Amino acid sequence: MTALTTHTLLSRRALLAQGGALVVTFALTSRPIHAQTARPADKTVAIDEVAGFIAIDATGKVTIYSGKVELGTGATTAIAQIAAEELSVALDRVAMIQGDTQLTPNQGPTYASLSIQDGGMQIRRAAATAREALLQRAADKLKVAKDTLTVQDGVVTSRAGGDKISYVQLVGEQQLAMKIDPAATLKDPKDYTIVGTSVPRRDIPAKIFGTFNFVQDHKLPGMLHARVVHPAGVRSTLQSFDDTACRKIKGYVRAVRKGNLLAVVATNEWAAITASKAIVASWSDWAGLPVESQLYEYVRSSKVDRNEVLQTAGDTAAGFKQGKRTLQATYDFAMQTHGSIGPSCAVADFKDGRLTVWTPSQASHLLQVQLATMLSLKPESVRCIFVEGAGCYGRNGADDCTSEAAVIAREIGKPVRLQWMRQDEHGWDPKGPPVVLDYRASIDDQGQITAWESDMFMPEQPFKRSGVTLLAAVLAGLPKMPFPGSATPHSGLGIPYALPNNKLTVHWLLDTPLPSAWIRAPGNTQNTFGNETFLDEIAAATGVDPFEIRVRHLKDSRGLEVLERLRALAKWEPRGSRPRDAGAIARGRGVTYSKYESVRTYVAVVADVTVDRTTGRVKVDRVFVAHDCGQIINPDGLHNQIEGNVVQTVSRSVVEKVTFSRSAVTSLNWGSYPILTFPNVPEVVIDLIDRPNEVPWGVGEPTTSLIPSAIANAVYDATGAWVRSVPFRPAQVLAALKLSKPG
Amino acid sequence: MTTTIKLTVNGKAVVLKADDPSMPLLYALRDQLGLRGMHFGCGLAQCGACTVHYYGEALRSCVMPVSAVADAEIVTLEGLGTAEKPHPVQQAFIDEQAAQCGYCINGMIMQAAAFLATTKRPTEDQVRQALAGNLCKCGTHVRILRAVMRAAEKMA
Repeated sequence: MTALTTHTLLSRRALLAQGGALVVTFALTSRPIHAQTARPADKTVAIDEVAGFIAIDATGKVTIYSGKVELGTGATTAIAQIAAEELSVALDRVAMIQGDTQLTPNQGPTYASLSIQDGGMQIRRAAATAREALLQRAADKLKVAKDTLTVQDGVVTSRAGGDKISYVQLVGEQQLAMKIDPAATLKDPKDYTIVGTSVPRRDIPAKIFGTFNFVQDHKLPGMLHARVVHPAGVRSTLQSFDDTACRKIKGYVRAVRKGNLLAVVATNEWAAITASKAIVASWSDWAGLPVESQLYEYVRSSKVDRNEVLQTAGDTAAGFKQGKRTLQATYDFAMQTHGSIGPSCAVADFKDGRLTVWTPSQASHLLQVQLATMLSLKPESVRCIFVEGAGCYGRNGADDCTSEAAVIAREIGKPVRLQWMRQDEHGWDPKGPPVVLDYRASIDDQGQITAWESDMFMPEQPFKRSGVTLLAAVLAGLPKMPFPGSATPHSGLGIPYALPNNKLTVHWLLDTPLPSAWIRAPGNTQNTFGNETFLDEIAAATGVDPFEIRVRHLKDSRGLEVLERLRALAKWEPRGSRPRDAGAIARGRGVTYSKYESVRTYVAVVADVTVDRTTGRVKVDRVFVAHDCGQIINPDGLHNQIEGNVVQTVSRSVVEKVTFSRSAVTSLNWGSYPILTFPNVPEVVIDLIDRPNEVPWGVGEPTTSLIPSAIANAVYDATGAWVRSVPFRPAQVLAALKLSKPG
Repeated sequence: MTTTIKLTVNGKAVVLKADDPSMPLLYALRDQLGLRGMHFGCGLAQCGACTVHYYGEALRSCVMPVSAVADAEIVTLEGLGTAEKPHPVQQAFIDEQAAQCGYCINGMIMQAAAFLATTKRPTEDQVRQALAGNLCKCGTHVRILRAVMRAAEKMA
């Protein structure tokens, strides 16, 4: 690229830039851009520019720059399908670059089931804009009307026959310097050949043959290895340390201390691990955590920042007067860990006042600003490059580990790889916080629900604040990026049913015992657990079949279709048509339904369980899912996601729970924080409803939100006992069985 | 003092070095041989992400001292099969698209391959028991079971 063309283009873009729009230099690339070599000036990352997302090189290779990243969900394969489809190029021409602050537009963190719904649709519009512009260029060159042209695998042909011209020829030196047209004509779904098909995932073969580059495998020349020594108590301070013993370890380089952040650095990984065990650190006593057995009382008595009514209909006070009997129940949901199988890992390099991190973070762009704040750098002096890590189900330890690697790299002036040990991951990833829910309903003589009120006690962090403070900033006492509470109501909670008098009040708590963050379907999982279990309690109290009570109160045709498809899939028979098992082993089934966040993906679930009345053990045998997320991009990928939602959340529902002392987390490995294992994994049966002409909605979380209530309702069906506290471990189930009336 | 350990890895004679003879095999394979099929998961033999074959049997390399594998025959995921010549279990995992994040998959494949080498035509319950000590947090279990049953058919 010559200076002249750069200057000319800049001037043109400067002219186009109205109203303070960001002007970024732009590549006239006829060569492929490689993530490792491209310079900032080479490429726009503007989110409203086609070239922010798409480049086509001289060989016809299409590069898609995606701000959304692969967290093991298959989203990047699906996004490649969307781009290839809309551009009308073969899928194998499309390469993906993900989550690199220097190369990809900021599409927001990869969370909230928005990778396809938001991120994919931005890329679809960029691709449609590009295709239309290239067709126009072809029409001009071939001197034919644009609507006589068709395109197949990047070659434009006139329907009248005759001339052909390729994207490569059309792109030429002009590349794709244009604004994304939000109203660009999209391909008619009936013409789709790539979207809607079960394309195999692109990352899987390398993961099967051991050639994949996880961040844990990432290496830089001259890279050192670090391990951190986390405090003995959550807020203990480091009084002193002694690394005399470490100096006998071959390969040991030095200790790094910054406030309460203590790390050891070595030339090889095992030396770093050995040194982290050999170093002697003295921590202050700290015992500020609540008593574990009183966790929910602690939650309920925590200081409330504000109360917020998130859903309301009619007049509940009047509704309670109309009713003849009142039902009440309280539910609680345990504190849980993300528990990635691979502990967090990051590689950091600090050179000439600039930081580069290779990170498995779900939020490269947010992390860039947080790291810059922490190290008092300008954001443009920090580059975050996403490299896949182990499964990420929310804001886990990835960003914290990256922040610690960044501090260590700055201290030692050499590239460094930091991997957490298992106890770091279980002990220091931000937790899904404990939540408590209260319900009251009033029922009239005809069994109608005249009033429904619910109260949720949950912390503002993480549900109402947009980020989680970096652990290194906390430990090292470095500047923290503030996350003010959002003034807008938290969206999406509440019931999907048309009840005449209904009110949901959320009590936003100022604090929660351990640093916390979002885990898959945050807030919704807890809320739906309470909603759907309490609805079944009403169904049982009024003698209505659980399917019927849902259908009766639903005024949404897509929701009703999902329920009817599920009824057929699970071969549901009205409750009471089979007598309850009398012996020690009791079988039952429960149904639940949700429209995710009240506005998108419809899911309904039936769980079949077996309860051992003697031991209190709950085994989930089978889970049926009917699912409508609108347009399906990749049916097999969607199956994989739904299966993952189900199995992971069965684990959360029946097993998972963080334990802690007054000082720190005590469930520090898979022995003390068990998860579901193969012998107890349920069969999963799925019915997908595809609506190609609708927009695609998120699938990463919706099914998760339904699993705890489906199991609780099945346990009631089996035994007549309500389990109201997640996880449904044997002791809890036995206590519930004792409370319940016989039969 | 640096110890040297001679052994066979993926069919090749190699020499590993250990300044600390208690260093687990995992680190020697990753850091000295540049292998990356097996990963550190827990360091406690609880999850299986680090599994390799030791004379054909599944072994947790995160707790096996490198000094204890002198003269041994070790096979890692890379040595089990390749894209050009996949092991039937690897092929079955691709056919079933049996991965989400994929971090645990090394252990699933190595454990299953060792199991199927000695157990022909297992029932699904036998496969579940064989993999009971391998953890996955993404919830890929139902696909992994399908993949192992598919491989079992091929290997029968």
